[in-house]
Amino acid sequence: MLDIYGERFKSRLLLGTAQYPSPVALKQAVEASSAEIVTVSLRRESARARAGQGFWELIEQLGVRVLPNTAGCHTAKEAVATAQMARELFGTEWINLEVIANDDTLQPELFGLVEAAAVLAADGFKVLPYTTEDLSAAEKLAAAGCNVLMPWASPIGSARGLVNRDALKTLRAYFPETTLIVDAGIGAPSHAAETMELGYDAVLLNTAVAKAGDPVNMAKAFARAVEAGRLGFEAGLTPPRDMALPSTPVAGTPFFKKILS
Amino acid sequence: MQILVNGEPLTTDASTLAELCATLGLAQAKVATAVNGSFVASAKRECTQLSPKDEIEIVAPRQGG
Repeated sequence: MLDIYGERFKSRLLLGTAQYPSPVALKQAVEASSAEIVTVSLRRESARARAGQGFWELIEQLGVRVLPNTAGCHTAKEAVATAQMARELFGTEWINLEVIANDDTLQPELFGLVEAAAVLAADGFKVLPYTTEDLSAAEKLAAAGCNVLMPWASPIGSARGLVNRDALKTLRAYFPETTLIVDAGIGAPSHAAETMELGYDAVLLNTAVAKAGDPVNMAKAFARAVEAGRLGFEAGLTPPRDMALPSTPVAGTPFFKKILS
Repeated sequence: MQILVNGEPLTTDASTLAELCATLGLAQAKVATAVNGSFVASAKRECTQLSPKDEIEIVAPRQGG
């Protein structure tokens, strides 16, 4: 079971709610993914359009837990205020904390992230920080009170998969007890399976499903990949080796004979 | 007085944040607010006085990744 601040979940796939071709596609994709947690955001509400009110009705119909994010915040101060607004709006202490360094890479700004995480954790938030694979940042986030860490696989929306696989392996080894969720950069079900095979606790993704030709079937594909990868990890993977090793017994091979001298 | 609401200039007679939300038809809406970069809880909107050039944020749930 996936453990997030003491709460347990069967599904190890967290799904974003943005960029779907329609509200119906979003609803069907969430259902097909079996995700129990979806990410949401908050944005300026226009008195005329009132777009947020309709969206909230849709999310309530889904009957899933929401994980609000602070996407787009560039400073700790903005992220803290956004998190506080999110807590009131969504009625949850969970916050997917994002402090962004620059708009081209959407790379986490680790100094502001650690600062905001400490402020929010002290204020009773359960912080799920979007971070890199950097070990010292992870240590500081853990020290600030983060029981969950969410390193990127590659930049948000890039669909490049695990570009720094070795570092993600090291992070897993270094934090055996912490809930680790890969957030961002997952483009294909195989990336999700690979993440889970490394022993990660869960995968958070959005674009790969929402922008797929068929979001509903892609949601299903990711659900199965996450499950397969986790099962593979739990079953114990065979370590790779440089040279071949016959799987068929060598003893008794027909026509084998010793060379006579 | 003139203030900024969600980044746009607005001339208003509202003296409190609660009045402003009501003027915009958002009194009962699912929104959260901030004034000059700091969060203001819904219970505090009524006692939050507005001043000229205040920067107000009024946000609502939206799709997120």
